[in-house]
Amino acid sequence: MSWLIDALLAGWLLSLMSGPLGSFIVWRRMAYFGDTLAHSALLGVTLGFVFDVNLNLAIILCAVFVALILASLQRQHFIPSDTLLGLMAHTTLAAGLVTLSQLDNVRIDLNAYLFGDLLAVNREDLIIMALGSALVLIVLSRMWRGLLAASVSEELAQVEGYPVARLRLMFMVLLAVVIASAMKLVGVLLITAMLIIPAAAARPYSQGPKQMAILATLISMLAVALGLGLSYQFDTPAGPSIVLASALFFLISQSSYRFFVRH
Amino acid sequence: MSDYLIKLQNINLIRQGRHILKDIQLEIRAGEIITLIGPNGAGKSSLLKLALGLIPASSGQRICLPNLRIGYMPQKISLPDTLPLTVKHFLKLAKGFQKNELYNVSQRLKIEHLLSQPMQRLSGGEQQRVLLARALLSKPELLVLDEPVQGLDVSGQSELYHLISDLKDELNCGVLMVSHDLHLVMAATDKVVCLNGHVCCEGHPQLVQQDPSYLELFGKSMPAHLAPYTHHHDHTHGEHCNHDHSGDKS
Repeated sequence: MSWLIDALLAGWLLSLMSGPLGSFIVWRRMAYFGDTLAHSALLGVTLGFVFDVNLNLAIILCAVFVALILASLQRQHFIPSDTLLGLMAHTTLAAGLVTLSQLDNVRIDLNAYLFGDLLAVNREDLIIMALGSALVLIVLSRMWRGLLAASVSEELAQVEGYPVARLRLMFMVLLAVVIASAMKLVGVLLITAMLIIPAAAARPYSQGPKQMAILATLISMLAVALGLGLSYQFDTPAGPSIVLASALFFLISQSSYRFFVRH
Repeated sequence: MSDYLIKLQNINLIRQGRHILKDIQLEIRAGEIITLIGPNGAGKSSLLKLALGLIPASSGQRICLPNLRIGYMPQKISLPDTLPLTVKHFLKLAKGFQKNELYNVSQRLKIEHLLSQPMQRLSGGEQQRVLLARALLSKPELLVLDEPVQGLDVSGQSELYHLISDLKDELNCGVLMVSHDLHLVMAATDKVVCLNGHVCCEGHPQLVQQDPSYLELFGKSMPAHLAPYTHHHDHTHGEHCNHDHSGDKS
């Protein structure tokens, strides 16, 4: 039973970060960008094993590196953005899988990394996640106005003197931290869902950006609780169950908005 | 004469092999309105972005007063529908303004009734006023406007130009704007810069209107069916520039 509580706490800590950050992902139309960074996380894990560094750190570094490559590739105009993102996402995932196959001395449960492994969450992870989410929330609240201004219009924000390039980089680092923390819980392939579905569900009932971020966090927390509950009850995989629960909240939010507000 | 706010020296801009701006010299001073005109693709927007420091020049220098407060009004902004943002939220994102300023400016631009509206629901004209309000909030020393009257009707245009002229006097700021309607611009502008990759001619509006290179661009040489602007009438200027503009604004 205590693993369930640990998982719940881990999920809620993740929600604290993914709610506000996911809102920015949705506002900035960066869902595929987030997905690409998430795909690179597996490569981060294997490189972490190869060079024997802390896995969380390896994931973060790898994601930031991929983000920087993306930023420099996006400056040329021959390849459209979505092609570039797809290319990077699958190249890094493939590189992760290939590197993994070459590691003889390490046995990794690949499924756990791709789709999450609840039982793997231990106390140490919880402490790291608590520190991580506190850090992310503090940094995010300090850069909130600038990041929002840049999301509305980068040009306007830059003219007004917001450090747009630095904000963009910081946002990518925060995203990398969230991806690293989310990996154990929901896995590489489902991280983006944790970011965008609660935010999308929160949108119809939000009148302001802060409200949407808070609402997304609450929806995400509910989805974690519901998903884990279902997982416990019916022995379904936890990560996918949480994602399905979020999707359920999205459906409820959309349909209830149409039903009550539009009519 | 007062000193310059921003000075562009020998600016060249080359993008993907295209020479977009050639050897541009431009000085913007406080209390002066400069209007950029020129055909499509003349590099007006690029020059504006260069002056704002948003894009770097390929060669040449941009000298800017330190800590110059710039108010920028883009042509339009497109907000994602996913972002719940009222006009008030949007205005509050302006950097470094006093709280009561928000109400003064909204009163001045007659957007008080819009403050609680979502940004996405504004009409084109309303969005322009909100964008101008945002530009004014930081009490700019330099106001940069990208086609501020686009899409407004004639009376709306002249109203907005008057407002800009008044604001310039109140704030004693410099104004740099892009426009493609010459006739209304002329009245308030101190200096017109006619751009077509390079500066074709510049100076007081009346002088520019008689300049051969201006006529070349906007006048006789342009076939009527290609002319992108409203200046497709034949120019047969007498000495005093007696325009026959009947049928212009149709």
